[in-house]
Amino acid sequence: MTRVMTDIHGQNMERRSRIHPHKLALWIGLASIMMMFVALTSAYLVKKGGGEWLDFEVPQIFYFNAFVLIFSSVLLQASYVGFKRGHEKTYKYGLAGAFVLGIVFVILQYKGWQALYDLGIYLSGNPSGSFLYIISGLHALHVIGGIVALLVALIFAFRLRFVPTKRRRNRFELVIHYWHFMGFLWLYLLIFLFSI
Amino acid sequence: MEKSTLFVDDEKLLKDKGYDDHFHEHHHDEDPYQSNFITKYIFSMDHKMIAKQFLLTGMFWAIIGAAMSVIFRLQLGFPAESLTWLKPLLGKWIVVNSQGVGHLSTEFYYAMVTMHGTIIVFFVLTAGLSGTFSNLLIPLQIGARDMASPLLNMMSYWFFFLASVVMFISLFVSTGPFSGGWVAYPPLSALPQAMSGSGTGMTLWLISLTLFVVSVLLGGLNYVTTVLNLRTKGMSMWRLPLTIWSFFITAIIGLLSFPVLVAGFLLLMADRSLGTSFYLSEIFINGHALDNVGGSPVLYQHLFWFLGHPEVYIIILPAMGIVSEVMSTHARKPIFGYKAMVISIASIAFLSFLVWAHHMFVSGMNPFIANFFTIFTLIIAVPSAVKVFNWISTLYKGNLTLNTPMLFAIGFVSMFISGGLTGLYLGNSAIDIQMHDTYFVVAHFHIVMGVAAFFGMFAGVYHWFPKMFGRFMNETLGKIHFWGTMLTAYLIFWPMHYMGLAGVPRRYYKFDVFDTFSQFSELNKFITVMAIIAFFVQLVFVTNFFHSMFFGKKVRSKNPWKSTTLEWTTPILPGHGNWPGKLPTVQRWAYDYGKDGFDFIPQIQPKLDGETSAVH
Ligand code: HEM
Ligand SMILES: [Cu+2]
Repeated sequence: MTRVMTDIHGQNMERRSRIHPHKLALWIGLASIMMMFVALTSAYLVKKGGGEWLDFEVPQIFYFNAFVLIFSSVLLQASYVGFKRGHEKTYKYGLAGAFVLGIVFVILQYKGWQALYDLGIYLSGNPSGSFLYIISGLHALHVIGGIVALLVALIFAFRLRFVPTKRRRNRFELVIHYWHFMGFLWLYLLIFLFSI
Repeated sequence: MEKSTLFVDDEKLLKDKGYDDHFHEHHHDEDPYQSNFITKYIFSMDHKMIAKQFLLTGMFWAIIGAAMSVIFRLQLGFPAESLTWLKPLLGKWIVVNSQGVGHLSTEFYYAMVTMHGTIIVFFVLTAGLSGTFSNLLIPLQIGARDMASPLLNMMSYWFFFLASVVMFISLFVSTGPFSGGWVAYPPLSALPQAMSGSGTGMTLWLISLTLFVVSVLLGGLNYVTTVLNLRTKGMSMWRLPLTIWSFFITAIIGLLSFPVLVAGFLLLMADRSLGTSFYLSEIFINGHALDNVGGSPVLYQHLFWFLGHPEVYIIILPAMGIVSEVMSTHARKPIFGYKAMVISIASIAFLSFLVWAHHMFVSGMNPFIANFFTIFTLIIAVPSAVKVFNWISTLYKGNLTLNTPMLFAIGFVSMFISGGLTGLYLGNSAIDIQMHDTYFVVAHFHIVMGVAAFFGMFAGVYHWFPKMFGRFMNETLGKIHFWGTMLTAYLIFWPMHYMGLAGVPRRYYKFDVFDTFSQFSELNKFITVMAIIAFFVQLVFVTNFFHSMFFGKKVRSKNPWKSTTLEWTTPILPGHGNWPGKLPTVQRWAYDYGKDGFDFIPQIQPKLDGETSAVH
């Protein structure tokens, strides 16, 4: 079909190039996830304002860990640039680095929970501590989901021949967006934890 | 003026103007969608079949939910009569005293009230209404072959099915289903020892509703992506039928509000099983003090109602979309104020996130904050009134065909007005202090949400039954159904306003110890009798539905209602992919009824010779 179709107003009726449906679905999904965390942080603020709130020093490791996640995101972005420019090495090793740092993040979060526990802040104690456990735990679960996605991408990267097709790029972008979102989410959550 | 019927050769239009997406080139003989019984009827990925699955499951739950209300109404209306005859059905939940008089056990009464609410709100009016019609109509009315992701769509149904199975099992556990009200406020919901339904029953309730949320999210994701991505050529957003607008915005509300409920549930689960105290503080139970401190049950109320209020619009918006579409078709007039309708839907959706605390005016909140919520609550009445005005203007001087779908659409407007007006009373925090948790609230939300949404659903079922099954439903039975329901619904709920004004609290097992309320015992009997009649009238619908499915009058032409929208350009019983050849392209908006002397001009019709310029 070469002739451009028009409707009764003479408007062009060809399909506009719309955002890829999978990406759109991912973004909507991320908005949903965001709402869940916004709800938790709002609950946190409301509860905090309501009194009977136990103040304590949040273990440093939780802040430090933000850098781990950000650095992981940077590596992933580098990997993406490598993918687009055809640098196979940057693509593969950037991805691998991001994956490893993702795992490091989860391990360090676990250390953070141990540090909390050593401080005498238990899951079943004052809600101020419970919130920290639940919110960071839920975030960690989502990060683990992202690690699985990175793992799949990694397997693709090392098993398949390096042909940067549009399809693969689209799929890779899904993983990347999700992963950046995880980093962003942890920064967002830290704003609240900072203010404990 | 006499309207002439435009001769539309839709086969030719589809062929000449249609859009060839090479559908049949990648679908050869072995169509993966319809190959055998299991993939066709059970694990189907076809949106039309999934729609029917949602509808049938919804009907199943509607019957159960309605039967439950009859059971607790019997106890309420006739506290002195013996219910021993229900023992074969309910077993130990009927407690027989030494004189041989049987009553519903109090726990079971609360369990029935709770389950009735949960089932009708979530399983019937959310899944059964939005699930059915979003699935059926989105691809058909935007000119798509199917949903963006048929697989997610199938999963959406099966998560709902799982949720249903879990909830159904909870009805039979020995400690009974959950009994702390459909809103599941802690501490009743947070402490397994609080009452017998708070144990296993509540655990199953939580699991079931979490599965249900997954279903809603998967479905919503699909509806939004499909509407944004798969519209056929020429179908700009401003040409979408109002049905699609309402499903689209409903899905967005769901995607933004249900996760908040999940957050609330997470904390509740933690309180139940991990020993946290998010919602619990300083509680004495069975004479013992619990060591939970620092939590607050009001926190749960905030999280619940942040979903809960949008949820009521998740229920009513699809019904509004269906009513607009059905009304315009059977009034042979364009819907009045199309853009205003869309803007109202959008602003109702937006505002619905700002009013949740009007359910919590007596929770001890700061009265200044209550003012904020009062104002936004009253502002919602503006777009609601715009919609009502537009429906009435659509009817005004219309060439009305008063068939069953149209009657239900008009009935919807009546119900929405009656129930919306009482919302204005409740929205004022000062008045609500008196009205909260009385039968006034029960009357309000049953009329504005319960009955109205059911009416929207009935209008949709009667209207699109020909598209679903290639047959019509019986008109006589339909009219009996309509008038029976309309009458009994008002007779049940109207009197409840007076009881509420007098202060009769909702969710009470009996009132005979309150002298002030003894004046209502006759009224309570009357309401119960009406509820029983209403129940039997619904069986007329169920009979009509299944009978017509197999023996109804056959649809002989593609467009029996002379409607403009795309679903009526598909074959009478569309197969997988909806259009056998090319996809239709859209040339105009969805409401060209009675334009330029033509009875209707379908969306696929290009500009006619001498046609005045189009509105959209
Ligand atoms: C003009 C619009 C409306 C206003 C101002 C309004 C206001 C209110 C208020 C203030 C309450 C709380 C009463 C109380 O518990 O003391 C309430 C309850 C309720 N409303 Fe509305 N409402 C409106 C429309 C609707 C609509 C359209 C629906 C549903 C489709 C709806 C569904 C409900 C439900 C389900 C409850 C009770 C929930 C419960 O406590 O179990 N309302 N309404
Ligand atoms: Cu509300």
